[in-house]
Amino acid sequence: MSSSPETQVSTWEAFRATLKRDLLIAFKRRNDLLNPVMFFLIVVSLFPLGVSPDPAELTRISAGVVWVSALLASMLSLDNLYRADYEDGSLEQLLLSPQPLYFLVLAKNIAHWLISGLPVVLMSPLLAYMLYLPADAYPVLVLSLLIGTPVLSLFGSIGVALTVGLGSRGLILAVIVLPLTTPVLIIGAKAVSDVMFGLPVTSHFALLGAILAVALSIAPLASAAALRISVN
Amino acid sequence: MSFGAPAPTDFPLLQTRQLFCERDERVLFSSLGFELNQGELMQVVGSNGSGKTSLLRILAGLNDHYEGEILWRGEPVEEQREQFLSSLLYIGHRVGVNRILTPRENLRWSAALHAPCTDEQIEAALNRVGLRAYEDIPCRNLSAGQTQRVALARLLISPAVLWILDEPFTTLDVQGVKDLESLLTWHVERGGAVLLTTHHALAVECEVRRLNLDELRRAS
Repeated sequence: MSSSPETQVSTWEAFRATLKRDLLIAFKRRNDLLNPVMFFLIVVSLFPLGVSPDPAELTRISAGVVWVSALLASMLSLDNLYRADYEDGSLEQLLLSPQPLYFLVLAKNIAHWLISGLPVVLMSPLLAYMLYLPADAYPVLVLSLLIGTPVLSLFGSIGVALTVGLGSRGLILAVIVLPLTTPVLIIGAKAVSDVMFGLPVTSHFALLGAILAVALSIAPLASAAALRISVN
Repeated sequence: MSFGAPAPTDFPLLQTRQLFCERDERVLFSSLGFELNQGELMQVVGSNGSGKTSLLRILAGLNDHYEGEILWRGEPVEEQREQFLSSLLYIGHRVGVNRILTPRENLRWSAALHAPCTDEQIEAALNRVGLRAYEDIPCRNLSAGQTQRVALARLLISPAVLWILDEPFTTLDVQGVKDLESLLTWHVERGGAVLLTTHHALAVECEVRRLNLDELRRAS
């Protein structure tokens, strides 16, 4: 692959334009922007009603509830990632770009995270407060979500890319994506509950960081390959 | 911009050898070989379901259910994908226009994917395809023909030498058809190459080569 300064500039240009385009589409469709975070809010606030309003009980489950809801909120919005582009032909145009697909897919995944993941991260302290999470666990919760939610977008993208061409997808997306994302859920929730018991959490963050590094380097390539198959 | 006339020693721009494609256990075409040179326009003809779209998608690299060789300037296309893609402009059935974005925003993204161009060029291209005053209206509010014109505006801002167009005339009105025909002539005259499918009788001022998939199948 040639890497003259000129190609590098236009790769960056294409990356930026793709990111900007997806954010623009999301902002024009307010629902896309509000759905994940509203879903997150609703699910979490149902737990005190359904389980028990007892602070001790809620504290015990708070880490898991916030993390599971974040995972579901991310999955809910995954379909937006490639569906419209597949239906209107923009996906073909993306695949026919001379620019490396890795960066174009990465741009779309980053846009998805900014739309669905980041609001959830920002909203999490408020919901943690509702669930009586101890104050010293807040930084760990926010940080674990900050590292974990991009992984949900990146791995989720592979699943959507594989299924975007199928007429009826039903549960197949969940079947593909959940095995990839549950390690993040387990480690993220464990980090938060461990810090409540005063246990060290650095190893959890090391693991989350490692998963994010792996996801960043291979997930866009896998998504790109899956997209090629889907339009075939 | 002009691509110049091809030198006699040059390899054909696009060439296929022994191309074979089968879909749902039905052979669409076999041992298909043709050459497309710069400054040529080739119309792929055939009845519905004869494999016109499949052929165009195979040539664009969107479909790999084929056997045989595709050569770009004499070399296998898969060995020089990047150069090939920067010389290709493909508009398929699904034209690649997002309904939520405006024509201007759509073109900006298409341009950034292939070859960046200025906002003035985009404005000029939209004017020329007859979308003046529609630049900032979401594409879902445009008619089918206008959406098609947004896609065709890409032809004006693209530096690609090869255009692959799948049914570009559908939904265009009489004036739109004339405009597109003159655009095709202009591209061929400047040394570009066009490969297209259409059921419409082409009235262009350049020579039209025909590739008939029905005859090909009968012959084999």
